[in-house]
Amino acid sequence: MHNPSPSPTPATDLETEEKAAIDRQPSLLVRALDSDMMASFRRSKMTIVAAILTLAFFLLAIFADLVAPQNPFDPAQLDLFDSRLPPIWDEMGMLPYLLGTDEQGRDMFSAIAYGLRISLLVGFLGVFLAAGIGITLGLMAGYLGGVVDTVVMRIADVQLTFPAILIALLVDGVAKSALGGQLDEGTTLVVLVLAIGFSFWVQYARTVRGSVMVEKNKDYVAAAKLIGLPAPVIMARHVLPNVMGPVLVIATINLALAIITEATLSFLGSGMPETMPSLGTLIRIGNNYLFSGEWWIVAFPGIALAVLVLAINLLGDWLRDALNPKLR
Amino acid sequence: MIAFIIRRILQAIGVLIAVGLIAFSMFRFAGDPVNQLVGIDTPAAEREALRQALGLDDPVPLQFARYIVEAAQFDFGISYQFRQPVSDLLASRAPATLELAVVATIFALVVGILMGVYSALRRDTALAKAFQAVSLIGISLPTFLIGILLIYVFSVSLGWLPSFGRGETVRLGGWTTGLLTGSGWAAIVMPAVTLGLFQMTLIMRLVRAEMLEVLRTDYIRFARARGLTNRAIHFGHALKNTLVPVITVAGLQFGSVIAFAIITETVFQWPGMGLLFVQAVQNVDIPIMAAYLMFVGAIFVFINLVVDILYTIVDPRLRSSLRAPT
Repeated sequence: MHNPSPSPTPATDLETEEKAAIDRQPSLLVRALDSDMMASFRRSKMTIVAAILTLAFFLLAIFADLVAPQNPFDPAQLDLFDSRLPPIWDEMGMLPYLLGTDEQGRDMFSAIAYGLRISLLVGFLGVFLAAGIGITLGLMAGYLGGVVDTVVMRIADVQLTFPAILIALLVDGVAKSALGGQLDEGTTLVVLVLAIGFSFWVQYARTVRGSVMVEKNKDYVAAAKLIGLPAPVIMARHVLPNVMGPVLVIATINLALAIITEATLSFLGSGMPETMPSLGTLIRIGNNYLFSGEWWIVAFPGIALAVLVLAINLLGDWLRDALNPKLR
Repeated sequence: MIAFIIRRILQAIGVLIAVGLIAFSMFRFAGDPVNQLVGIDTPAAEREALRQALGLDDPVPLQFARYIVEAAQFDFGISYQFRQPVSDLLASRAPATLELAVVATIFALVVGILMGVYSALRRDTALAKAFQAVSLIGISLPTFLIGILLIYVFSVSLGWLPSFGRGETVRLGGWTTGLLTGSGWAAIVMPAVTLGLFQMTLIMRLVRAEMLEVLRTDYIRFARARGLTNRAIHFGHALKNTLVPVITVAGLQFGSVIAFAIITETVFQWPGMGLLFVQAVQNVDIPIMAAYLMFVGAIFVFINLVVDILYTIVDPRLRSSLRAPT
């Protein structure tokens, strides 16, 4: 609060004046709420519903141990006498098992909350890994060009001919073979993240490479080169922030794909074990009880997965349109 | 033209060798092949003899060359879990997968084209909007959930269709087919719908977009001016012109259909190559995994090659642009 001019005005007045000046500048929150993106967000009811649902799922996963009446990973809390109970609205249902129980007396609601945590954890880590690999290789291919570019893009081309789920299954099989047979829960989680990361990096690499090819001919890159910055610094500090927009859109849509891939792997029996189930594992377990009439064991994890994926996809679609000024 | 075809074939072989390198590395370096083949109590001398017999002490490039040559002759080694040649296993499972993939593709084409044409011609009807909603769900939902839902509705609740297997099959030479028996057709309905649903939505969207595009063109307006019936215009002129890209997409997607059969076959316990592959991943049966990878790679490369060559034959405009060195 330094005022160099020897003004006789009392300090309190100055402070209020400055505060008023700050108030005239709308706060970050107000500006965010006023932006074009928020306007397009408010216009679409579907997007609002999708955002609320996604948020609800995230909160359920984060606070699973507070919300769930039972820890489904702790065998001491399971009661075999309470196994295969239908949901609460069935006359056979009983509290606290809102959505019924499975064959081990596991409360389905708790299992879904904890399973959601695993699914989202694997999904997010997988997307971060895929984005990390893809951005790094894409930056190098686009900025350095030449042999690096050719090698990276040829690998990308060959990989693109294979569906992601096939690559993920192969990574899983190779990891099992290299580490020897059955894996524990933690290792499986890491393998799943690796499988998703290696399956989905190509899209990031191609997008980033394309943007970098445009950005690297701009003046600010020339200026950075002129003052003698090394190439890694230019790539990471100057080029990267300018190519992040499309990456964000791909990452959102990829989150849904990563969650589906994890669920598919777990459903196929190559993912999370039954001792630490994700949504896909729960669906695989429940699938065995479809014929004996216990439909709720598969239905609720299935609905949770379907709604989660749909909601994230809708958010991703909206983000893609909102960030693309050409579509406005 | 000939030079272009030769170059495309050389490129395809290059890709196949790259896929072969990955398959070979999996086979050779992910775990010791000898340990997989022998029991725990096999003496070291016997292991060494097996190592010699398999040629695992030779230089790695030589082993790779041998692997590629053998793979080109459809010899992919011995399965760890079944103790049978992998090529025999794949050959016995191939008919199931190919029949499923073909039926799924035909389903996707027929239903997808019908839905696409309808939603292009009657854009604002409730049914067309319902088709759009179905296509959104078809693209978003995981395949295995759709399969489970179908099983719940048509096998558990209604009891109309079998939930697993191929039904009765008939042997025709080396090919077992389920398409000659009633139970075989009943068994293929749900797997084919599950597998084809994604392609169906894709084709529906494509047909709709292409039809809307074509209906705006001058020759359609001219056909109307000639007083042709709506039916002749829509199906004789408009639809015919949308079919080239549709068949291209369906062809290019055939490889993905075979690869995605992995999931469908597991849900419906369909005894095809996909199920074999999933079991191989669970039991760490690397030779089967490697062979399946090569098989899918070969299918993709072959389809792309054929489509590229057909395009240049059908459409002379593409020739000059493709002749430029890549």
